[in-house]
Amino acid sequence: MAYEIRLDIFEGPLDLLLYLIKKNEIDIYNIPIALITYQYLQYMEIMRSLNLDLAGEYLVLASTLIHIKSRLLLPREEKDDFEEEPDPRAELVKQLLEYQSYKEAALCLDSRLLLERDVFKRSYGINETDVAGDDETELNLFDLVKAFQNLVSRMDKQELLEIKGERMSLSDRINEIMERLAQVQPLMFTDIIEEAADKRSVIYTLLAILELMKLRMVKAYQSGPFGVIKIFTAF
Amino acid sequence: MEYLKTIIEALILASETPLSIEKIAEIIGNVDKKEVYRQLHDIVREYKDRDGGICLQEVAGGFQFRTRSDMAPWIKKLKGVKYSLTPAALETLAIIAYHQPVVKSEIDKIRGVDAGGPLKRLLDRKLVRIVGRKDVPGKPIIYGTTKRFLEVFNLRDLSELPTIQELKELEE
Repeated sequence: MAYEIRLDIFEGPLDLLLYLIKKNEIDIYNIPIALITYQYLQYMEIMRSLNLDLAGEYLVLASTLIHIKSRLLLPREEKDDFEEEPDPRAELVKQLLEYQSYKEAALCLDSRLLLERDVFKRSYGINETDVAGDDETELNLFDLVKAFQNLVSRMDKQELLEIKGERMSLSDRINEIMERLAQVQPLMFTDIIEEAADKRSVIYTLLAILELMKLRMVKAYQSGPFGVIKIFTAF
Repeated sequence: MEYLKTIIEALILASETPLSIEKIAEIIGNVDKKEVYRQLHDIVREYKDRDGGICLQEVAGGFQFRTRSDMAPWIKKLKGVKYSLTPAALETLAIIAYHQPVVKSEIDKIRGVDAGGPLKRLLDRKLVRIVGRKDVPGKPIIYGTTKRFLEVFNLRDLSELPTIQELKELEE
């Protein structure tokens, strides 16, 4: 059987199912499960033969379809009361309809006049999709850790032995850094590390920055190797 | 203030993000917000009447100068950029926009497929952000849309989005 292959457009198993329903001009509330399952499995076979990485989700939906079919085949239990048994397909239909409405919403979003596609604004020195200038590369956590090691090795070893009673918490430090970023941007990594009085606060400062990066609250940029690391808020 | 409209126009041009009426009033000082609003709409009309390549657009809670949409082919030649969001990212974004605040597992469930990749792209493009963590076991991250989302999608605010119900009616 010849199939029109449009594999690249399927965003997932539900999308494939919706496509099959549309293609066969089927009433979504009355899906012929056997037919759809058959076609669905054929599509999966095509995808597999093309060596496409089949996500596990496709298999989950395939088994759901087969499960529904088997429930439809089983004779209904005789019940004393007149309570109607729910259609085994109801859950899937609900899911399909919900997905379809968001697909619609996505198309609606895409049809708007999009900035940088349909309309443009002035570009500024700092491009907001890329806070750094041309010569600045975004850093990962490891770069930051390395910079931290450099700084610590530069610090006076004697000083590091002093024990101070002062307590600080990671969330305090995070809040401090975010507050300062709200006032000035960018913050220089060396500045905030060097102003820390002792090893403990240096560690807390680094942990705070790492945590903020992980939470995507801040971003770090560096202009070339060994350059100054600048920290920006990420929103 | 004779000068008011001129100042407002200059402020908007110099601002990187859409400039709100509140911000304009705060900068100029000693000025009624209603007056700022009136002047803004004057400028909007002037640009419209002029029928040039630029218009003043109300977007993301503020005002911003933008090129006219039919100028896009030329500007694309100038900039050589292509704005693109994959269908997966768009679907994920739509779910977040309509469902926010929302956790990833809910997005996965609606789309029937893992949303990790598209979600990361949306975060990188600052169209969505982390709003917090849900107080349930595992403390999953809660996502919401950003101001940048409104700016990019040409929306004054979230209420400008058609409701899911309206979309369904549109389809029928």
